[in-house]
Amino acid sequence: MAQAAAPLERQSLLADVWSPRLSSWGLRASAVIYLTVLIVVPLFVIGVEGLRNGLDSFWTSVTRPAAISAVWLSVWTAGVMAIINTLMGTLTAYVLLQYRFPGKRLLDSLIDLPFAIPTLVTGVMLVLLYGPQTAIGGFFERELGVRVLFAPPGIVLALLFLGYPFVIRAVQPVLAQLDIHQQEAAHTLGASQWTTFRRIILPALLPAMISGGMLSFARALGEFGSIVIVAGNVPMRSQTGAVYIYGQVEGGNMGAASAVSLVMLAIALATTLGVDFLYRWRWQHART
Amino acid sequence: MRERNVNSWAGGLLLGVVLLYAAALLFAPIFALLSGAFRDGIEPVLNALTTPDALAALRLTATLAISAALINAILGLICAWVLVRHEFPGRRFFNALVDLPFVVSPVIVGYVMIVLFGRMGWLKDFPVQLAFSVEGMLLVTVFVSLPFVIREVQPTLAALTNEQEEAAYTLGASQWLTFRRIIFPTIRHALTYGVVLTLARALGEFGAIAVIGGGVQGATETATIYVFRSMHDRNPISAYSMAVLLGLIAVLILVMMNKLRPGHRKGH
Repeated sequence: MAQAAAPLERQSLLADVWSPRLSSWGLRASAVIYLTVLIVVPLFVIGVEGLRNGLDSFWTSVTRPAAISAVWLSVWTAGVMAIINTLMGTLTAYVLLQYRFPGKRLLDSLIDLPFAIPTLVTGVMLVLLYGPQTAIGGFFERELGVRVLFAPPGIVLALLFLGYPFVIRAVQPVLAQLDIHQQEAAHTLGASQWTTFRRIILPALLPAMISGGMLSFARALGEFGSIVIVAGNVPMRSQTGAVYIYGQVEGGNMGAASAVSLVMLAIALATTLGVDFLYRWRWQHART
Repeated sequence: MRERNVNSWAGGLLLGVVLLYAAALLFAPIFALLSGAFRDGIEPVLNALTTPDALAALRLTATLAISAALINAILGLICAWVLVRHEFPGRRFFNALVDLPFVVSPVIVGYVMIVLFGRMGWLKDFPVQLAFSVEGMLLVTVFVSLPFVIREVQPTLAALTNEQEEAAYTLGASQWLTFRRIIFPTIRHALTYGVVLTLARALGEFGAIAVIGGGVQGATETATIYVFRSMHDRNPISAYSMAVLLGLIAVLILVMMNKLRPGHRKGH
């Protein structure tokens, strides 16, 4: 998503050809109105509602134990997911590009499944796979004493599924255009595969890895459809921020909902701004 | 990078780890869903999918997704055009905001709708009833699927060379003709891809429409809400059947996505 923001800088004489007409004003007005109504207004509403009863009431709503625990659960599960996902996503992209193996095409075409499938369906699939009555879920609970589903591990699993394509799709293009010669030179000079990876491939990949990971984190933070099925949603134990907000809205407790919404949105926005910053940084460094 | 066979134990280990991870993450859940839904054969699944409630939910989902895709195809195209081609104060601001729906929790979106259009909302006298109505559900579906067309079309539009356009224009072609004959064929592919992504996102939406629609059976219940309610009511066969159907649609969408996915553009 974020990489599309780069190629904006472009001016030509067509700007003069197209713009002075009335129709062009109409286009611009529709775009601005559309984006304002759909995005600026909701943003404004969240800000105003979150703070309308003053900072004290905002603070009281946010610091309630159930609210803190819910936001924290969202943050740490999304964080754990982002770390595992950054590692495994990079390795997957590397393997998909480097090696020939049976089932490669199938794997490559299934990578985007999490983008295509309703997250609620993901939740149902995980219940069928890891639920307490299933073979795997039962094994974990009886033999290892770990509850997978209706507990935080289930949340991390759902988020891992959701986040899988993000890092892969961010890393793939960078990996594909890495200089073959550099690699081969390193290789002929006697560098092991591991050294080549560590000294040449990894530094080039790092910005894409981190921004892909951060984007998956931002996306996972607000996830609702799969979580509400797999988490169990017990306050203070397995209730995430999004589920907490849902509960407050359903209960008519708008003050609490708005305060926590503001916090969640701020975290997500800060993360995406970080991604944007990283892209610009990479852009500049690629030029020098 | 050149493709090659696995030639070292470290490479073999790496491949093994990745395949195991992908199998556990992607393949195992699909397999679990299929074996769960078809435990007693195909008949119960078909029966569950042809109940009036299930059909109504499917119809509503189709209506919402197709309408949202149409709206975002047209307005998304206009937004992409304006953001790439026009110079005006606030362009950067709007461009940065386009990604917002991607990271805002759907629940928050539903909550904003209640704040605006609910019984005690800021705009409670708004002429169209948007709270707990299909119109409101369409609005949030359009919101959550807004970035896709814009973000897919933008780079193609920005990469378009001017010569052809300028030539056509100088030769007296009207703006509309230039757009239709020169610009549209170039961006058609990206536009289609964006629309497919929009459809996928719209079909799968749950949180926002559950909050704003209220999920009234047969009225504001979509396919995803139907799955949720069936899980909640401990009616597994209904939930699994609908989930399988939604999964099947997702696979069709995935096939289209793979056909349309832009090749990894150089210089990105």
